[in-house]
Amino acid sequence: MKFHQLLLPLLLAVSWSTQAQYTLSGTVQTPKGIPLDGAHIHSNMLHSVSTPDGYYEINAIPKGEQRVVISYIGYTTLDTVIDFRNTIVLNATLQPHAAQLQEVVLTENNTVSQNTVHEQRLKTETIEKYSSATLGDALKEISGVYALKTGTTIVKPIINGLHSSRVPVISNNVRLEDQQWGTEHAPNLDINSAGRISVIKGANALQYGGDAIGGLVLVEPMKVLKDTLFGKTILTGNSNGHGGNIATSLHRGNEKGWAWNANGSFKYMGDREAPDYVISNTGNREANFSGDAKYIGSGYDISGFYSFYNADIGIAKATHIGNTTDLVNAINNQQPSIIEPFTHTISAPRQEIQHHLAKLDYNKKLSDNASLNLQYAFQLNRRKEFDLRRGEYKDVPALDLTLVTHSAQANWKKYLGDVTLKSGASFSLQNNDASPDTGISPLIPNYTKTDVGAYGIASYSFSDSFSGEAGLRYDFTNISANKYYKKSRWSNLGYDGVFDHFITGEQGSQWLTKPKFTYHNVSASLGVRKRLSNNLELLGNAGLAMRNPNPSELFSDGLHHSNGTIELGDLGLKKEQAVKLSATLLKSGDVFTFEATPFINRIHNFIYLQPTAAETTIRGSFPVYNYKQTDALLTGIDLNTHWKPLQNLQHTFGFAYVRGTNTVTDEPIIDMPPLNINNTVRYTIPKWHDLFVELRNETVFTQSRYPNYNFYTDVPQDGELISTLVDVSTPPKGYSLLHFTSGVQFALGKMQTAVNLSVYNIFNTTYRDYLNRQRLYTDEAGRNIQLQIKFTY
Amino acid sequence: MRNLKISALALISFISLTSCSNDDDAVFVNEEEVITTLTATFTPAVGGETVTLTSRDLDGDGPDAPVLTVSGDFVTGTTYSGTVSFLNETESPAENISEEVYEEGDEHQIFFQQSGLGTFTYADTDVNGNPIGLSFNYQAADAATTGALTITLRHEPNKAAEGVADGDITNAAGSTDATATFQVAIVTP
Repeated sequence: MKFHQLLLPLLLAVSWSTQAQYTLSGTVQTPKGIPLDGAHIHSNMLHSVSTPDGYYEINAIPKGEQRVVISYIGYTTLDTVIDFRNTIVLNATLQPHAAQLQEVVLTENNTVSQNTVHEQRLKTETIEKYSSATLGDALKEISGVYALKTGTTIVKPIINGLHSSRVPVISNNVRLEDQQWGTEHAPNLDINSAGRISVIKGANALQYGGDAIGGLVLVEPMKVLKDTLFGKTILTGNSNGHGGNIATSLHRGNEKGWAWNANGSFKYMGDREAPDYVISNTGNREANFSGDAKYIGSGYDISGFYSFYNADIGIAKATHIGNTTDLVNAINNQQPSIIEPFTHTISAPRQEIQHHLAKLDYNKKLSDNASLNLQYAFQLNRRKEFDLRRGEYKDVPALDLTLVTHSAQANWKKYLGDVTLKSGASFSLQNNDASPDTGISPLIPNYTKTDVGAYGIASYSFSDSFSGEAGLRYDFTNISANKYYKKSRWSNLGYDGVFDHFITGEQGSQWLTKPKFTYHNVSASLGVRKRLSNNLELLGNAGLAMRNPNPSELFSDGLHHSNGTIELGDLGLKKEQAVKLSATLLKSGDVFTFEATPFINRIHNFIYLQPTAAETTIRGSFPVYNYKQTDALLTGIDLNTHWKPLQNLQHTFGFAYVRGTNTVTDEPIIDMPPLNINNTVRYTIPKWHDLFVELRNETVFTQSRYPNYNFYTDVPQDGELISTLVDVSTPPKGYSLLHFTSGVQFALGKMQTAVNLSVYNIFNTTYRDYLNRQRLYTDEAGRNIQLQIKFTY
Repeated sequence: MRNLKISALALISFISLTSCSNDDDAVFVNEEEVITTLTATFTPAVGGETVTLTSRDLDGDGPDAPVLTVSGDFVTGTTYSGTVSFLNETESPAENISEEVYEEGDEHQIFFQQSGLGTFTYADTDVNGNPIGLSFNYQAADAATTGALTITLRHEPNKAAEGVADGDITNAAGSTDATATFQVAIVTP
């Protein structure tokens, strides 16, 4: 039937127009539904290779009858003629050569997907471009994703204005755990280990948890499902930081039997340089490894995965302020207090992070249309933060945390014609151990956290053009901590008489407390997908998500040495409840495509960190940041367009705006990304070794909507204490940067080689970013020239 | 069957790994690096009363502000020999931090910020011949006056920067380990 539908336009083809160009896309898979990576698709001179998930795309196909060939070693080649009068989706199933069945099954996908969540994916090329940078840097290429930074190397994603534990990062189906995501804890993940990175905006992925109020980042390793062995090595050199990166990987694929992957990378960077000075102590180094081994049997597979992330990150010395006087000086001088000559050496303050992740995974096909997945994962995260310390403590970390997480989950999936059912359960046990050997009361205490959750999701195709999905999840969480509070702090926070039941002991001027919290959360999602016309689709989503306050929000207590602030949690915080509505309009087309995602997110009990005042100690006065709670309303829109005015010319546009309002005080919400716009123009000349030249403009406007949390403090001046304004609120000016990238590909012996040259911040513009925690102290890094060589073998 | 084996394997590894986890009890941390008390002692060169300035903050980085005491007034035109000492009084007996500051003299410097109260000169040097400030001399102003005296201990200052060795904190950078501002008076005898 479907085949005939495809033949019909072919027979009816009458008119010709030489100008029109169309796109052919789809997936290539085996009869078992396994995607084929690296299948060759060509139509006349145009060709494409399928990605690890089987997806391919050929653009700029002229109108009319064109021959399309899809081939893959070991499989029968599909050879057909298609009449291009429109954008065509061709999902091909290739039959193994050895099999008796020689026929080719060809279907045109006319029905709308049951997946009502729009995933935005980073291209492999983009992942590779950021080989020597971080996951957060790469994700910024998706509109609506911004970066929260602490310096140049600690980068976390912000999705639609939300970050940290509101945006879980799921690596290979395991939620990354890291001391519960304080703002300067970036995802402990090497971007080079990722085969595929995608972003889900909104709380609609219940199988990963019910607390993704902002969205989700999904990172998956490379999957190779054919009998092959191949590898790739990327060498990157950077002028800014005088260093680089080597990333290498080997993949052994198999449709049956053993398959494995191995990735290793090493980064070595020195101090970054702003246009006018060296940002002292901003070097970093990383040595990472990840690998898996998988046995694919008939109807089941079992795999083991292990990854190790090991990083040593310098924190700009200029941000290690003594007290508010130094902070005032830093703000007024607009120049770092410490500028030293360039060096590769990393000294205090710095972070040493090690993250082990081990996982066992079992997939079983229960019947033709049902499958079961069982998974156990172990994570060990060791974080040491070193500070400028005196005497015998010089080489002792100021913070030394060990976080152990065990998690287990079971997922079940069944297809019943128009209905798809998914359900599962998860369990996790987490233990944080704060070493007392630091000689400093730990910012995050010892705690144990237990989570149990279960979910169910049903998808239904109402018609060929309309499908819907509904899901429900329940989570139970128990947190029990063990912590000493200074009696003066306990009273100052108003805990006397309120949380007395947590007190279990007393030592000198401190209370020993054992706070315990239990949460029951229900989250839900509802989504629809409707095809409005041939190339226009509308997705609508509603999500209810609940997030518990995390240990840093509840228990933080003390001086945060690396940015000289006193951070105070609040035992009285309640869970956040968010209702997010979003819609996505997708237009596919031959010349012009776009996607627009407006959203509205209403968050009850929104937790944020607010500068409140200065507190005087013998070291001087320090700014105090309190975790607070309010009701928030976030609205915004993300917009993406692709336009191909000529066959070799492509323009990409990204636009993201978010407006955050504290609905209790009717003030703006602190730390919301400013309006940002990206424009990319790319010109390709396929016959010159696939040469491409790309110019990218990144424009970030001044954030005019911010709350005024400035405070006054006494600063000694000419022998008098003068009450001085500490302007921690005013955002820096907007900026506009221009980046250039160019590359060619050629064969070097048996190796496919690609050489790319990029210049970031061509004009060496001086700027500061509102969402960089170090913006009060130093400028952002300036121009960087990057040379990258990639070998595929 | 295979399913069962794998579940058993996962369960065993899970239990064995869980049982390794540490005991949860928080360990009491006595913050040994903390400076709770700054004391500046001014002894007149010839006769007269010793003046002692003290800043004491027994809860360290806690919310309670330091308590400042000034034992008396300075006398116009008098020369004082002074010392600054630092203590951690959260411990018993109190730990003397001054010794540590002296041993690491090249990484520390004490600054005296004031206007019109007289002249401060350093009376000690580190291994590089730069001042530390644990010992100093103070020549009180000739006319009676009042004003604020800020005493600051800087960790890792840039002693080579302009004016720093002469006691000007402006270009010193580094981080503040202890600081206190005292309201003092200079009176005629």
